[in-house]
Amino acid sequence: MHIFIDKLVAEHQFKTTDLLAILRAIQARYHYIPSSAITHVAKILALPATHIIGVIEFYSFFHLHPQGDYEILISDSITDAMLGKAALIDLLSKKLHVAVGTVRDDGLVSLANTSCTGLCDQGPAGLVNGHPLTQLTPERIDLIVTLIHQHLPVEDWPAELFAITDNIKKTDVLLTQPMPLGSALTAACTRGFTETLAEIERSGLRGRGGAGFKTAMKWQFCREEHADTRYVICNADEGEPGTFKDRVLLNQYAHQVFEGMTVAAAIVGATQGFLYLRGEYSFLYEKLSSILHARREAGLLGENILGQGFSFTIKICLGAGAYICGEESALIESLEGNMGIPRNRPPYPVTHGYLGKPTIVNNVETFLAAAHIALHGSADFANIGTQQSKGTKILSICGDCLHPGIYEFAFGTTIKDILEACGATDVLGVQIGGPSGTFISAQEVERRLAFEDLATGGSFIIFNQTRNILDSVTNFTHFFAHESCGFCTPCRVGTSLLKQQIDKIVEGHGSAGDIVALEELCQLVKSQSHCGLGQTAANPILSTLERYPELYQRLLKKISYEPGFDLNGALATARRLTQRDDAAAHLAQLGEDYE
Amino acid sequence: MNKTLSIDGQEIPFEDGQTIMQAATAAKVYIPHLCHHPEFTPHGSCKLCTVKVNGRNCSACTFPAAEGQEVLNNTTDINEDRKKITQMLFVEGNHFCPSCEKTGNCQLQAVAYHLNMLDNHFPLFYPQRAMDASHPEVLIDHNRCIFCTLCVRASQEQDGKNVFALSGRGINKHLIVNTPSGKLKDSALVADDRAAHICPTGAILIKRTGYTIPIGQRIYDHHDISDVSLTTAEAQHDH
Ligand SMILES: Cc1cc2nc3c(=O)[nH]c(=O)nc-3n(C[C@H](O)[C@H](O)[C@H](O)COP(=O)(O)O)c2cc1C
Ligand code: SF4
Ligand code: SF4
Ligand code: FES
Repeated sequence: MHIFIDKLVAEHQFKTTDLLAILRAIQARYHYIPSSAITHVAKILALPATHIIGVIEFYSFFHLHPQGDYEILISDSITDAMLGKAALIDLLSKKLHVAVGTVRDDGLVSLANTSCTGLCDQGPAGLVNGHPLTQLTPERIDLIVTLIHQHLPVEDWPAELFAITDNIKKTDVLLTQPMPLGSALTAACTRGFTETLAEIERSGLRGRGGAGFKTAMKWQFCREEHADTRYVICNADEGEPGTFKDRVLLNQYAHQVFEGMTVAAAIVGATQGFLYLRGEYSFLYEKLSSILHARREAGLLGENILGQGFSFTIKICLGAGAYICGEESALIESLEGNMGIPRNRPPYPVTHGYLGKPTIVNNVETFLAAAHIALHGSADFANIGTQQSKGTKILSICGDCLHPGIYEFAFGTTIKDILEACGATDVLGVQIGGPSGTFISAQEVERRLAFEDLATGGSFIIFNQTRNILDSVTNFTHFFAHESCGFCTPCRVGTSLLKQQIDKIVEGHGSAGDIVALEELCQLVKSQSHCGLGQTAANPILSTLERYPELYQRLLKKISYEPGFDLNGALATARRLTQRDDAAAHLAQLGEDYE
Repeated sequence: MNKTLSIDGQEIPFEDGQTIMQAATAAKVYIPHLCHHPEFTPHGSCKLCTVKVNGRNCSACTFPAAEGQEVLNNTTDINEDRKKITQMLFVEGNHFCPSCEKTGNCQLQAVAYHLNMLDNHFPLFYPQRAMDASHPEVLIDHNRCIFCTLCVRASQEQDGKNVFALSGRGINKHLIVNTPSGKLKDSALVADDRAAHICPTGAILIKRTGYTIPIGQRIYDHHDISDVSLTTAEAQHDH
């Protein structure tokens, strides 16, 4: 093992910033990070072992204890659930003789849930040893079980199990107009980089990752900082459940995205760029690497780009299962080889980012749009959209509709038109912007896609009338509790309390005061949390409580106090031990029938 | 010319580079806090020091003071939120004050007194956490850890040892010790280290000293933490 690690760490030039990549390789080989590996890596990287343990325990894809030779993870997104995920994971569990969340005794296989894998338009989805499984069915599960029992390496499994389609359903300016290799960069050089920044400013482009910060302003801040080094980071963490457009953009439009990053680098004066790719998308790694290679060959990356005297390289770094790493300062921490814990701000990344240097972090789609503007100018982009939201937005549409997939819509489009385009009928409501966004009911479909009305990083999940809204609220609330980084008290404890409280109500143990208490807790977590995760973690509850108070009320018992657990259920162990099952060994949930 | 900001209407001078907490402390204005300690790099995690700066919630211990800021600190609403955050810290761990050696000298307890916390409000988590009594002189009772990282910072910044670290994500956050066994006895920690004395709660204790000062004669049995904090802030805040 030491030889393997020595070689691995040397390949990473003994850089502590590469810790995640090093741990990924060890995890892939041994299906966990053995303690001797930790000690050895700690020694050669001169890091405290606690730092490495901290990182391992932070990221979902690293383990201190052996996982199965076949590590199966099933996506726990609400959209997978709507496609029948629960029955499928049960089936897997039964056929493989392994309980969910455990490793089988012989070590052959482990099975667990994982947060949304970004394959919501072709779920139920999962991962086996990091390879994406799509469109799971009972038949496919039979096949998977057989393959595992044959001990066939995952690399040799039938390709159809791993087939991923892009499902681009509607294109507009960004996805239609072709962009010859290097054309945006050439146009930017010809125009001049300062003038190109002005052009981006005129286009009104705002960040596509969700928050909608003006892109030109961010780049201007970074450019103005006095520093010897600057960085450009492309945020491809895409962890918001229901979002998968960045996956498609990187699969089909990677040249444009990299070109946008290179234009940005020329404008701000950066020489190093990173693509932070979520671990779930590691299947894109080889393809993206070869595109980077081709761009270097074409003189569009590397030294003296297009003979203009500036240099820029892009490195791809993989995440390891942590939604919080989409938050820009947590992402930077992760790139530095640390736990993904959001930093205190100020200072902001534009002044103190990667390794303390001025850094811009932008979404994949933002770079795509910037390349477009660099090539075509700002006019046609700025002519589309609304006053405050220029251009188009690329949506990942999933849930209850006939044609889930990728749609590019002009900002200002009504939700109604979007629902029509994707063939959604009998709509109950739409979750816009993912769990951290807003739920709107079918009465609000005249509202518009826009930063000033309904903003979204791309997630657009449709629920029809057969759905129970509380299922999604529960799913989302559990998601946040699972993904909270745990740094600050209000979110670390608050998201777990929200989870307990919503479970209590949904399971029918809620009583009169519980809704008020729930709302109070929501406000506290929202207003007191350190970062966007905690600040939005209560949104699923708040936005549905506002629209469907009766849905919650109906679940409450008509008593003023109800124990937070099932009294009779709690006696089950005692009954088993005493081998009793008579009436006196059961307890009614007290007061249930009283007003 | 002195720069100033206002806290609850009171003008307060500050110097460039100071945080709101530092400016407030220098002006003898108490802002409740647990993870902050004047001698160590601020952490900004407990969120007890949240103040409203020009209408926005900010952590006073990390947020830079700036000219003309209007800061709200000692208001009913803010203190109500602080009380809830303190309650969160109580229910998250296992804090049985009457049987804790630290009672009366515990800053978590003292902040709870200060904020008039009378119950837990939230359901208790009753986490299962082990104790580490392996070290001859120092005891860790993880049940009382609030993840403030003061021991981590004290060990790194003053003792130059790096004995402690936080690990895990979300509600699984926990304190770990930098030894192959994970046990404190194998670490470089000695009882004189700052890290052994910095814990605001009873999570890190010096063995056999628990009752040298009888209960009832301890610091917060007689003084509000707001006074103690301001009179000892620049010297020794820990016991
Ligand atoms: C919890 C959390 C997760 C986030 N995830 C992403 C993400 O996956 N992709 C992304 O582009 N931005 C994400 N963001 C927003 C980023 O912090 C940042 O604002 C964005 O990358 C900036 O790029 P833009 O200006 O181009 O939108 C996330 C923010 C939070 C708080
Ligand atoms: S709000 Fe949540 S995710 Fe953000 S820093 Fe606090 S604990 Fe971490
Ligand atoms: S042991 Fe004490 S000082 Fe260390 S993190 Fe826990 S509460 Fe803070
Ligand atoms: S004292 Fe400021 S966050 Fe803890």
